[in-house]
Parts: sequence; structure tokens; C-alpha cells
Amino acid sequence: MRELQGIYVLWLRDIKRYLRARSRVLGSLGMPFFFLIFFSLGFRRAQIPSLSLKYTDFLAPGIIAMIILFTSVFSGISVVWDRQFGFLREIMVAPIGRTSIAIGRILGGATTAVIQGWIMLIASLAIGFSPLLSGLLPATLFMVLMAVAFTGVGIAFSTLMRDFHGFQIIINFFVFPVFLLSGAIFPIEELGNLAFFAMFNPMSYGVDGIRWSLTGYTEISPVYDFLVLGIFSASLVLIASYLFKRTEV
Amino acid sequence: MAAIFVDNLTKSFNGFKALDSVSFEVGEGEIFGLLGPNGAGKTTAIKILVTLLRPSSGNVKVAGYDVVREADKVRRKIGVVFQEPTLDLELTAKENLDFHGRLYGMSREERRKRIAEVLELTGIKERADTLVKNFSGGMQRRLEIARGVLHEPEILFLDEPTLGLDVQTRRKIWDYIENLKKKGVTVVLTTHYIEEAEKLCDRVAIIDLGKIIALDTPERLKSYVGQLLTIEVEGSISACSISNAKIRDSVIEMSVENGEEAIPEVVRKLQSEGIKIKSVSLRKPTLEDVFVSLTGRKIRESGEEWKFWLRMRRR
Repeated sequence: MRELQGIYVLWLRDIKRYLRARSRVLGSLGMPFFFLIFFSLGFRRAQIPSLSLKYTDFLAPGIIAMIILFTSVFSGISVVWDRQFGFLREIMVAPIGRTSIAIGRILGGATTAVIQGWIMLIASLAIGFSPLLSGLLPATLFMVLMAVAFTGVGIAFSTLMRDFHGFQIIINFFVFPVFLLSGAIFPIEELGNLAFFAMFNPMSYGVDGIRWSLTGYTEISPVYDFLVLGIFSASLVLIASYLFKRTEV
Repeated sequence: MAAIFVDNLTKSFNGFKALDSVSFEVGEGEIFGLLGPNGAGKTTAIKILVTLLRPSSGNVKVAGYDVVREADKVRRKIGVVFQEPTLDLELTAKENLDFHGRLYGMSREERRKRIAEVLELTGIKERADTLVKNFSGGMQRRLEIARGVLHEPEILFLDEPTLGLDVQTRRKIWDYIENLKKKGVTVVLTTHYIEEAEKLCDRVAIIDLGKIIALDTPERLKSYVGQLLTIEVEGSISACSISNAKIRDSVIEMSVENGEEAIPEVVRKLQSEGIKIKSVSLRKPTLEDVFVSLTGRKIRESGEEWKFWLRMRRR
């Protein structure tokens, strides 16, 4: 009971901070939104051999997945801020288990990421994306799995960082490759030899899952998407909790 | 049962011993002070006691529980006010307190009552709904203290609790700490303010370079040094019958164990030798004198700073 309360409080804190930081919310939506507008404009008449779908409909789910990837990794890493500003200590001496702390942070980060994903989904309607209404629920499920997994990744990174110096490296050498290798802006098949690596990229399954839910188009298969993402996010929760347990502040 | 039991505790950071074979016990309901210059190891000791750092070796128990193996149980019994800020700057004062209360499993009713009390105590009631990032340093400090005592812990750890506070607030905090003692709360505090250690603590451990160099009640610690008795006499004398007296013209100086008891004795002796006394003054030593006599340095020496930074950098 106490543990659940602890998880809830940490989640609540993330939500409160999210709702309060309007400029940051807007700021983080900016880049994916511009990707969405200009890519769908620029490639609207392009012929992609392996693609049998209107490019805007193909791209929009990918951009939704993109904002979820960025938001969740970032909110996981923001534990580094808490460490630098000392707040982590307040949490670490509190009588709740390390696992609950990690889970609370993951759920908080994941919730904000999914909200961001939904904002992007609604924004994409403005540029002509028409999602399947029946797919909204499964799409949300895939968003949640993805968000949980990548917040976990962010937290795992945060336990290995002392300050924010490594942040740029993570963005450039983890987040961007994961994004570009996921089939978010063009089909995985077009990656040629690198398509092999895309199959090891959990983000690919998130993109495919969300895309299948919202448009019915799939490169992998929704069942695989669900299984792979489910296992990946469960193991990330475990890994993040384990790494969190070992940190000294 | 001792509230805190520390046996042979050592903590090294990359081979550098921040704490070196430290042992002490703190009784229930005691106010226990760790006094020493910056970088002496006080904060490291506190961090180990509150389960944030693991000892390199040694045995540490808080409220009867081992700080490594039973960290969860320890955390349930303690409250901590850290030296460095640990507030969430994006939340209001009240939200910070409410968050804390929830973390410690306080009911809504308890939280409402206690939050009002601690806001009153620390004098930040009017700013309760202000975001903490808009608080001054002193106000943030007060909020930290309010939060540390919110859940009424059995054992309270205060790392330099009144650092940077004005005299008035410091007094208020001292009064509150003394009140806690009456309720049976055990308090461990670190400080480099001599007055704080002397006024509040039942016992003080003087700590320097990672070692406890003396541990006793402030009174007894001071009695190690003795008191300085100065007697001014009429005319100039060259000798008297008191063995350890230093004589300069008309002034006799001596160190005595207990000034109040020594004065009549000394006065009688001198008078029996026909020496006329003009004045007698007795200076009681402070814990600063104790520290100086043990280490040859002052607690707040200006040369201390570099050592502090050196230690910080080695961590």
C-alpha cells in the first residue's frame, strides 16, 4: 500500500511539473511538428516503391512515435537534474523501495510522453491525416508500451551519468539512430542492408504498431509488435529499477 | 537500546579515507553533535547514517536496524535535513511539503495539520503557495527544515541546520530542536558553529580529518582544557606559592580545572602571603579552545577552505 502511494506521488509530481512547464511542452512539440509538415509536403508526390499508402498517412504515426521516443528518453534522463539539484536525495531517504521509485518515475515520464503523442495525433489532423477511429485504443496501447520502455532507457542512462555533459552524446548517438532506423519516416525495407539492424530496434515495433492501429498498414505484424514491445518494456522496467538500486547519491 | 550505534566505520573514496575507524553511540532522546571544520567528514557520516552512502567497512545501526541490510526500515524511522538544497524548485512550498507527507504515508488530515504547524514554525506561512524557485536562500533553508520534521521522525538528522540563517530564525530552530528532545526525539546534528554545539548538544563528538578526536558532554570537553584564571594584584610581585602560576608584574595567570572552586583557595593562599588582590577574572573555555588544544588549529580557520574543496574534488 505504502509502495503504491509512493509510486502515485512520484507520478503526480511529474504530471504537475509537466502541466506547469508550458513553454517546455510547446518547445518539445516544435521539431516533430515541423518534420511532419515539411516532410509530408516535400515527399507528397514522391514514389516510394515499397509503399502503398499516402505519404502523409505513413508519416503521421511515425512522427507520433518520434515525439514519444524523445519525450520519454528525455524525462528518464531528467533524473540527472534531480540529482544535480539535490531533490533525488529527498526521494532516496524516503521509506519507499527503489523499485517503486523507478516505477513511479517511469509511469510519470510515460504518461507525459503519451499525452504528447496524443497532442501530435490531434495536430496531424490539421495537415490531412485521417486515422481509423477503431485504432485509437490499440494505438494508445502501443504508445504506452513504447513510452514505458524508453523512459526506462532514459532512467538507465541517468544512473550512468554524473551531470549533463553526456546528454548530447545520447541524443546524437542513441536517440537519432534509433529514430532513423525505425521506419518512422520511410519504410524499413528502403534501408537496404541496414534493414537488418532495424529489426533489433524496439522503436521499429512501436512505429509499426501505432501505424497499423491508425492506418491498417504494417511492415512487420501487430502481434510481433505487441510481443516484442511488451517484453522490451518489461525488461527495461527491471533494468532501470536494478540500476537505480545501486546508485549512491 | 542505543538509537544509533556506529562501530569502526570507515568510508573511502578512491583510496582517500573520508572517515577513518569512527565509533560512537547515541542514546535515545539525546541531542548529539558532530563538530568540526569543513571537510572533516561530518556530512559523509550523516549520509551513511541516513542510508545514502554505503560504508566501506564497519557496522552501523540506526534505530536498531543495519543501514545496509535493513535500509528500508531505517528510512521509516528517520527525518533528514541535508546541507545542500534538496527541494523541488518547480513546486510551491506547500506542494513540497505535501509531497513529502505523502511519501511518508501521512493521511490527508495529518498532512493538513502538520503542514500548517511547520509553516508557522519556520515563518513561511505567507509564502506557502509561492514556487520555491522564487524563494531566497534563507527561505529555502527554512522550508527544508520544515519538511525534515513534518512527519515527526523518531530520529532526526540535521546537517548544518542553521547554515546561512539569520539570528532570529536560528533561535527559533534551536528552541524547536530542544522541544523535540522533550518529546523523546533523538537528534544528530553536524555544525561548525560553536554556539550551536554548546547550546543544544548533550554530547559532542569533535571530528577532524575523518577521525573522532574527542567525545563527551560540552562541559566535560571544556574541562579538559581547564579555565583561565587571571588575578591582578597591587604592586608588582616576583613570586608566589602557587605552583603553575605565570607572573607578569602585577598579573598572575593560571589554568585551573574548576574556576569556581579554585578561586577561594587561590585567594586565601595569596592573602596569607600578604598579597593584595585588585581583581579576579575567570574565562571559561569554548569548544573552539578545545579544538585548538587538540589540533593546534581553529575550527573556522581561513586556510580551511582549500582543504574543503580538495576533498570535494576527490569525491
